[in-house]
Amino acid sequence: MESAWTALALSLKVAGCATLLNLLLGVGVGFLLARVRFVGRDLLDTVLTLPMVMPPTVLGFYLLVLVGRRGWLGAWLHDSFGINLIFTWQGAVIAASIVAFPLVFKPARAAFEAVDGQLEQAARVLGVSEAAIFFRVTLPLAWRGILAGLLLAFARALGEFGATLMVAGSIPGKTQTLSIAVYEAVQAGQDDVANTLVLITSVVCMVVLLAAGRLAPGRIANQ
Amino acid sequence: MQLDIDIRKTLHSGKRTFQLQVRFQSVSQRIVIFGPSGSGKSLTLKAIAGLMRPDHGHIRLDGETLFDAGAGIDLAPQARKVGYLFQDYALFPHLSVRQNIGFGLKRGWFNPRAAEKSEAVDYWLEALHLSHLAHQMPGELSGGQRQRTALARALVAEPRALLLDEPFAALDPLLRQRMREELDELQRRLQVPMVLITHDPEDVAVFGEQVLALHDGMIAPPEASPQPGVLPA
Repeated sequence: MESAWTALALSLKVAGCATLLNLLLGVGVGFLLARVRFVGRDLLDTVLTLPMVMPPTVLGFYLLVLVGRRGWLGAWLHDSFGINLIFTWQGAVIAASIVAFPLVFKPARAAFEAVDGQLEQAARVLGVSEAAIFFRVTLPLAWRGILAGLLLAFARALGEFGATLMVAGSIPGKTQTLSIAVYEAVQAGQDDVANTLVLITSVVCMVVLLAAGRLAPGRIANQ
Repeated sequence: MQLDIDIRKTLHSGKRTFQLQVRFQSVSQRIVIFGPSGSGKSLTLKAIAGLMRPDHGHIRLDGETLFDAGAGIDLAPQARKVGYLFQDYALFPHLSVRQNIGFGLKRGWFNPRAAEKSEAVDYWLEALHLSHLAHQMPGELSGGQRQRTALARALVAEPRALLLDEPFAALDPLLRQRMREELDELQRRLQVPMVLITHDPEDVAVFGEQVLALHDGMIAPPEASPQPGVLPA
């Protein structure tokens, strides 16, 4: 039982960090794709959407190749800063972030595209700087759509299994998240532990989905 | 107001191209640019405000160069100090009437708070009969109230000139008549120079101290322009 709460705490920490990371990256990339026209924009959108359709184990493999001890990024991180991401909870955060990323940047892009450009022009003529326009007009009007995406991403990160297992492994108390603990419990024949874990996971996911539903764009059309 | 415009802009849309070539000088307080839709009126107004960048030419307002392609000058819209009334008013839907009016007075990354005190905002709420609506959201306002809010928002910053894009087109005919009178009276009282674009001859009759007829991106010669009965004193 003790380990169930440890696993839940770890899952919430990993999913929380991954969501925070996606808040910055997803909103940034969503805004870029919505507002800046450049060659290869559609290709970039497609590549960034891949994590939604690719098997998480494949993503995990890519990540190992990239940030593993011999991966080009991993080797550099290790040699320059002594950072090792494999078999750490930070590695799990990266895996969860990538898997959940399309769930944030897609709705963020759509939300930014739905903001009437004339409102930004009005703000410009009123003398407000570009950065201030983003925080005072664009972001408040796109916020609900972004938030709904973030909640879905949080739920997805919470349930992440494949990529996380590949990158971070299953070290109890260190990288064994809720969904991995369920797998381990079933493998070990500990049905009562599995029951508890599954129940906790289901409740948390329900809460997140309910929250996301309340924020769905349809509800805010008339705000 | 001294307005000196000489701009050219080529726009491509699919296989069609549109040439805007507008040149005029004016010292009038009330300029009306008159023309059918698609004649380039809005583009001209946007160019003055800095929302559209011409390919060639210059724009000078009261002796200050806002844009000069040759000299590489292109002031940001923020630095042009003009007021702009959008056709459908472009009120910020997430801000109250009071916050909308105070929007441009507040610098920095945060919007004015709902209860933020400002004498200038109070003055304009009063002047445009909006005080009782200060806490309403734009979605709850009638067409005339929206227009008055947008006017207050533009005027509170004391712009050098007020640019109006088809200000009455979104209103029903009865209201249109009344708002026209209100704007006429307001402009006379404030003596704020204005450039108004319209396709409605009624607007020309009321506001046209100097009238420029725009057709297919070109200013028509004066004799072709409909001249109003009232000429500058």
